Amino acid sequence: MHRREFVATLGVGGAVAIAGCGDTDDSGDAEITDETLTLTTTTSTYDTGLVDELTLAFEERFGAEVAVVNEGTGAALDTGRRGDADVVMVHARSLEDEFIREGYGVNRRDLMFNDFVVVGPDDDPAGIDGTSDVTEAFRSIADFESVFVSRGDSSGTHAKERELWEVAGLEPGGEWYREAGSGMGQVLVQTDQSDGYTLADRGSFLSMRSQLSIGIRVEGPIQDGPELLANPYGIVAVNPAVHDNVAYDLALAYIGFLTSQAGQDVIESYTVDGEQLFFPRALSAEPNFEQYVPEDWMREEG
Amino acid sequence: MVGAIVELATLPLVEFPFESNYVRSIVYVSLYVSLTAVLLSTLVSLPVAMLVGFAEFPGRRLAIALINTGMGLPSVVVGLAVLFLVSNQGPLGTFDLVFTKEAMIMSQFVLATPVITGVSLAAVTGVDEGVRDASYALGGTRLDVALVTIKEARYGIATGVLAGLGRAISEVGSVLIVGGNIAGADGTAITRTLTTAIQLEARQGRFELALVLGAILLVLVLLVNAVVLRLGGGRI
Repeated sequence: MHRREFVATLGVGGAVAIAGCGDTDDSGDAEITDETLTLTTTTSTYDTGLVDELTLAFEERFGAEVAVVNEGTGAALDTGRRGDADVVMVHARSLEDEFIREGYGVNRRDLMFNDFVVVGPDDDPAGIDGTSDVTEAFRSIADFESVFVSRGDSSGTHAKERELWEVAGLEPGGEWYREAGSGMGQVLVQTDQSDGYTLADRGSFLSMRSQLSIGIRVEGPIQDGPELLANPYGIVAVNPAVHDNVAYDLALAYIGFLTSQAGQDVIESYTVDGEQLFFPRALSAEPNFEQYVPEDWMREEG
Repeated sequence: MVGAIVELATLPLVEFPFESNYVRSIVYVSLYVSLTAVLLSTLVSLPVAMLVGFAEFPGRRLAIALINTGMGLPSVVVGLAVLFLVSNQGPLGTFDLVFTKEAMIMSQFVLATPVITGVSLAAVTGVDEGVRDASYALGGTRLDVALVTIKEARYGIATGVLAGLGRAISEVGSVLIVGGNIAGADGTAITRTLTTAIQLEARQGRFELALVLGAILLVLVLLVNAVVLRLGGGRI
């Protein structure tokens, strides 16, 4: 009884407080303990084991099951568009904004962040080790035609990589540029095998480091690298007004839990080999309105 | 039977580098999905094989061509088609089948049925016509004749069922798409099969674990073959 009341409060409170919209008819007496929440998330949160940790804590508290489907950010958002998932946890702000703009996502929250790093072989043929200018590093890789393995799978990391090439003013191509079309782990293995470079999220790289001979050549902002390599994660509920089948109450309960002190503590304390992989970001004395909506929403409306 | 095979396959013969419950549940999902799909496929395939094998009807050659084409259907294409069918946007969307074992059974059914039908068709049409003539002559009904034919062709049919099972259990593309490769946070597989688990482990660079899972898959296929051989009296 106690648990249900808490959940109902959270559901209604969340819906009203978070965005002031999107309340559902039955959230007052929500029965969520027997439901299954379908979460679709990126390989970077899944392969590092963080999502399992968060899900365990959530299931323990709410007694609801969470089914986790892991795909690249692009595919995860498409699964949300079809209404096949209730909540989406991804890391490509521009794609998230598009998702919300199209009306498929509501109640977006900033969740956590880590950063991207450029990894490559120790002999460093492109000579980029220790540089703090990532666009310069990318230009150097292109100049030396060193092997660069791209995710090539519309994931959040792939989106960031394309952004970096664009900022560097380059259109990568040629035999040295290889689109793998697979997940981060696979790409890291492939990069390792071909003595190449790739853009990786720090979490995936750290969790696989022991099996790889490549190392970090360009650091991200966590280790004082360029802000351009920041990797923020967001979580978005699928709009129940578009897909009436989604478990919206449960999605809000999940978002509420992950962005609460308890959820953020799980993120903060999650380590692999003693290294913290993700940094909580949801708790803030002054919440930023733009986290709930597309970043230029205000400007567009006004 | 599924339970017994799961027990056998996960006997602690070696020190696994992972939770044995994880592997047991993966083996269970693999067997449950594939055996169910193959059972359903067989129930559909045998009547179809008999019909196409012996009845005269317009479009019979087309039916045979379709069956033969179906034997080579690419599994990812089947996965995509089933995904569109069961997705919440699709015609079966109301049944909430996406990312469930049922959706995986559907795609494996589509993959296994043409194989079982095709091989069974070859087996039943290969039965000596004299057998059918004799059973008609002895006053058998059409059903009796069909049963006699199936009995004569049982080894060929068993081969077809095994081929269908091989196609189903070793398939990764479609079950990944429609099943979502889901395991609970406690490590219990929900829609994770041996093949999708191997794909996941390889993706994360844990090749040893992937190899162990691959070995379990091979042992399972061998075991099922052995069981069928045994049932067939060792004459296949």
